[in-house]
Amino acid sequence: MDRRRFLAGTAAIVVLPFDSAQATPEAMAAAIRKVVGSSPVREGRVSLDLPPLVENGSTVPLVVSVESPMTEADYIKAIHVFNEKNPQPGVFTARLGPRNGRAVVGTRIKLGDSQKIVAIAETSGGQFWSASADVIVTLAACLEEST
Amino acid sequence: MANVLVNAPKTAKRGSIVEIKALILHPMETGFRPGPNGRIIPRNIIERFTATWNGTEIFDMEMSPAIAANPFVSFFAVASESGTVGLRWTGDEGFVVEERVSIAVE
Repeated sequence: MDRRRFLAGTAAIVVLPFDSAQATPEAMAAAIRKVVGSSPVREGRVSLDLPPLVENGSTVPLVVSVESPMTEADYIKAIHVFNEKNPQPGVFTARLGPRNGRAVVGTRIKLGDSQKIVAIAETSGGQFWSASADVIVTLAACLEEST
Repeated sequence: MANVLVNAPKTAKRGSIVEIKALILHPMETGFRPGPNGRIIPRNIIERFTATWNGTEIFDMEMSPAIAANPFVSFFAVASESGTVGLRWTGDEGFVVEERVSIAVE
């Protein structure tokens, strides 16, 4: 075990008491299943833009764009974003419709650790499309005490 | 409301797609952090953001504690007719803020 890994391990042990409610990849999978039910989730059509390396996890810009004509007949009705290591697996759910013209949503999120983010788009026809991105966070959100 | 910043075009061509950006001042306290006394600070977040165009809902977002403080949201809308875009944020502790911007469609 090298010094860096040892230090990382120590840090993990120190923050454990606050992490009792932490989401896990399994919790994320369960949260996704709750949204999609038994429908298959295919990769594609969704693009998830966020920086691969983040210095400060307390505000991370994120944009989800989905290819869709956004017409009455065929539109994206919801975009869901999930994470695997924040205290809760859900980040947000946006509901859209043909009046949006473009299925694009931007916001800023908090990341408590380096982790995978998953975006799932639900079409008006009930299909699910997804994209995922891995983010490395050097300074996590939430762990510092408030001042 | 001084605590809200909305960026939307004042005019738009009929049928064009416009971007609307909204920022609101809010701590988005997660409910997972210990305060100076070691106790967990109670959760205080915005749970929902909705946008209407002349009263018809066009966009809705359910937020979680994982949304960064001072929530920023950007989305698009088809400029169908002149009117008012209404934005509404609701959350914990009875938080409600509404803001309106006008867009002239020609």
